[in-house]
Amino acid sequence: MPLPIGDTVGILADNLRIRKSVLPVSAESVSAWAKGLGLPRGGETILYTGRMYQLIPYIEALNKVQEKIEDSWIADFVKVGRVVNRFINVSGLLAVPPKSMRESCSRILANIARLLGQAGIEFGYLYEEDLYSGALVYDLGVDDVLEAHARRVVDVFKKYRVRNIITVDPHTTHMLRSVYPALIKGYNLQVKSYLEILAERDLKPRKELRLEAAIHDSCLYARHENVLQEQRTLLEKAGIDVREPAESGKFTFCCGGPAESLFPRKAKEYAKKRVDQIKKVSFRAVTMCPICLVNLQKAAGGEIQLEDISSYLVQAYCGG
Amino acid sequence: MALVNPDFVEEVKRSDRFDASACMNCGVCSAVCPMGIELLPRKLFRYVLLGVKDKVLENVETIYSCFLCKLCEVNCPAQVHIAENVRFLRYYMNKKVFKI
Ligand code: SF4
Ligand code: SF4
Repeated sequence: MPLPIGDTVGILADNLRIRKSVLPVSAESVSAWAKGLGLPRGGETILYTGRMYQLIPYIEALNKVQEKIEDSWIADFVKVGRVVNRFINVSGLLAVPPKSMRESCSRILANIARLLGQAGIEFGYLYEEDLYSGALVYDLGVDDVLEAHARRVVDVFKKYRVRNIITVDPHTTHMLRSVYPALIKGYNLQVKSYLEILAERDLKPRKELRLEAAIHDSCLYARHENVLQEQRTLLEKAGIDVREPAESGKFTFCCGGPAESLFPRKAKEYAKKRVDQIKKVSFRAVTMCPICLVNLQKAAGGEIQLEDISSYLVQAYCGG
Repeated sequence: MALVNPDFVEEVKRSDRFDASACMNCGVCSAVCPMGIELLPRKLFRYVLLGVKDKVLENVETIYSCFLCKLCEVNCPAQVHIAENVRFLRYYMNKKVFKI
């Protein structure tokens, strides 16, 4: 039996409403990546993670459980789970990610902060007040819960007098740049992805990488936010021979990740198709979205080497 | 036999977020959809526009399996906001069927 749609959507929406996140992550884990970097709290310009990279290990751990439940008689118990979840954090209890995965996600965020520093950008961070943007609940169409949450997020921006937001992933970029303005009256924050900022600053590489890699565009960057050239310019300048798989750029194929919360098996089947397309042009590939990264990595099973774009950029522009 | 439900049409039409009337039923969206969703969006949108609520409710899984990736949308000759229409159907289901 597939996972019951209504109850699964209900659990995720309840979590956002009650716990400010689809999957509860402790405040400490959210900001662990920034430890020792000395970033000021708040400020006119902030780096906003929207907790996406931090959430990925937890989403992964929960999906493993979901995959086992999907198609088994236990799927029926998700109904009970929703009621219990309102009182006890059931999804948090189920999702215990390995330490190594949490560390690699933290490293990606620290790399992005380093790159921005290298480009001479001054920015602050909101630490435990860096809230989830509500992206998944928006996709699932629970608009009332999303609207209330968006107001909470914007109140934090107001508290710190934020004017410019630097995002690190396509989902948060899309929410803050294209979805929130339609939800919140008078919303006038300037939102840019760190890739756009780095490309604008015309950063000079300190090391030429001399390797080839396939590029996997994110649907949101490519078709919603028009972030297409920036990643190519940055990679090419870093000395990477960028290989385009079949269906790339504006017509990129989805990684399958958006189906993961409700149909994990379908998501994996679809990701395998994308991995096959990538394999044809390179055994190495770069992604720019945490969901693409984890979903394709899972489907590739080591057949190709997938890395977040920031890992290459930091080597080239910060010298390692 | 599919039953037409006029109240359903009214409910959906009252929302300015569901707008698929420009759809010419050309089939491009189904042809390019990576999920191979044959039903989405053209047939499903037609069911909504015609008020065949039962058919819409029968296809809950399809409505929630769409990636919202917009590959269909960039290829649609009538510029239908396919992903936003799918999101609206989810909103409708969440409210009316799942009571979320
Ligand atoms: S591509 Fe556009 S016009 Fe053609 S069937 Fe799909 S929604 Fe309708
Ligand atoms: S948005 Fe993507 S998954 Fe959904 S119907 Fe269009 S092409 Fe298919």
